Amino acid sequence: MESLAQPILNGILLGGLYAIIALGMTTMFGIVKLVNLAHGDLMILSGYFSLAIIAQFDINPFWSLIGIIPIMFVIGFVIQKYLLNRVLGSEMEPPLLVAFGLSIIIQNLLLLVFTPDAQSLKSSISVQTIKLTEYLNVPLIYLVDFLIGCSVIFLLSLFFNKTYIGRAIRSASDDVIAAQLMGVDTKNIFAIAMGIAMITAAIAGVLVGTTFSFYPHTGAQYLLIAFGVVIIGGLGSMKGVLLGGIILAEAQLLGAHFTSPGYQQLIGYLVLLIVLRIRPQGFFGQAH
Amino acid sequence: MSTNNILTIQGLNVHYKDLQALWDVSLELEEGKIVSIIGANGSGKSTLMTSIVGLNTPTSGTIDFQGEPIQGLPPHLAVERGIALVPEGRRVFARLSVYENLMMGAYTSKARQNKDIMLEKVYDFFPRLKERQNQAANSLSGGEQQMLAIGRALMSEPRLILCDEISLGLAPVIIKEIYKRLKKINEEGITIVLVEQDVKRSLKAADYSYVMLEGKIVLQGEAASLDEDEVKKAYFGI
Repeated sequence: MESLAQPILNGILLGGLYAIIALGMTTMFGIVKLVNLAHGDLMILSGYFSLAIIAQFDINPFWSLIGIIPIMFVIGFVIQKYLLNRVLGSEMEPPLLVAFGLSIIIQNLLLLVFTPDAQSLKSSISVQTIKLTEYLNVPLIYLVDFLIGCSVIFLLSLFFNKTYIGRAIRSASDDVIAAQLMGVDTKNIFAIAMGIAMITAAIAGVLVGTTFSFYPHTGAQYLLIAFGVVIIGGLGSMKGVLLGGIILAEAQLLGAHFTSPGYQQLIGYLVLLIVLRIRPQGFFGQAH
Repeated sequence: MSTNNILTIQGLNVHYKDLQALWDVSLELEEGKIVSIIGANGSGKSTLMTSIVGLNTPTSGTIDFQGEPIQGLPPHLAVERGIALVPEGRRVFARLSVYENLMMGAYTSKARQNKDIMLEKVYDFFPRLKERQNQAANSLSGGEQQMLAIGRALMSEPRLILCDEISLGLAPVIIKEIYKRLKKINEEGITIVLVEQDVKRSLKAADYSYVMLEGKIVLQGEAASLDEDEVKKAYFGI
């Protein structure tokens, strides 16, 4: 029993990190039906921004967010306004291809500038643990990941529910034409939404960078995690993203516990397949 | 041309790709009146409405609202000028609550200032909306959704409301109630355009009527002076 407690606890905490990794993607899917294949790479890009800022100013990675958040908002806004908005239409393929192209460009730019070496964002909390009992430890960074993940989800839902821009984003996701009739400049609103999705990617990137190591190609791996979380939780659902994150992380960690760490990914995605079989729209998704 | 016109359309042509939907349509709306546009399915009524608010770009012709040209302006600017469209099929924001839908109606910076007063007013017009203010819009009945769509349009404090097929699919009792409300809204000085397929009802409710057929205006006149049979003939093109 005690040996199970550790992977279960870690799974919940890691679930918070997975949730924030997927948050931006579920937001954009919910709003513009856009599957942002570059989401993972943009997240890793934020990790590299943090790396560069830390190298320059020698500060804690979390402080670097002050600079990265506005940068990523602008990048998201520009990508949506001048790239993705142009190909939005009745078909899903054109934006998918643009995002895929963007993903390749980002990966190779990172490779060019930062070399393929493994990097990590060093912070004193990365190595600390809190001892709960003789057998149970909480890695401090996992706890931080979880708390920040939950707070960002909470703040984002507050933003979507209580502000004019948040409501405009939600209304545009319900009915673009009707939103325009209310006076919403929907193209601009989509760009703002992407900017906000990129803020969550920026935070996720720094958390991932402090928790694990990353390479220019790691984005795809996190994109896969984001996909898993979004599918389990339900596309476009805020509540679902946390639950999806926890289920995926638990599946991976418990799977690794019972078999071997080598099967961690496999078991995670087996659970994903099972969820798809039982509840194809995800736990909080709307059936069509 | 009367100087009292809130909206003047001259020689409007609208195409969907190769298909011409409106042919040289001219129309005048006198401020404070109820004007009905009658026509069968596909006669161009909805295209006319969506062109006024900028959802379609006309190939030629002019649309003047309060003396200023508005043709080709994007839709989000039409509502800022004071034109609200109650779209065909209601198009309420399904997953937003009734209250949130109404707040979306007051999205423009001008409308935001008076949103509380307007909300009270809309709840006065449609008490049922107040009862259901925290419910998601898609849980409302068809009639309630139509009231919500009208209420949402009112929230923007429009000078002109375009109602596209508001009685479609509703029970006669509900339609009657909604028309009564519209009359009250009109009494506050708001100009109303009613797009309808129902000849009798639109003639009764309106001050002035236009009949459209195949993208053209084929008959017009004071609603009271128009003969129902004459209108029906124009409607079917016989």
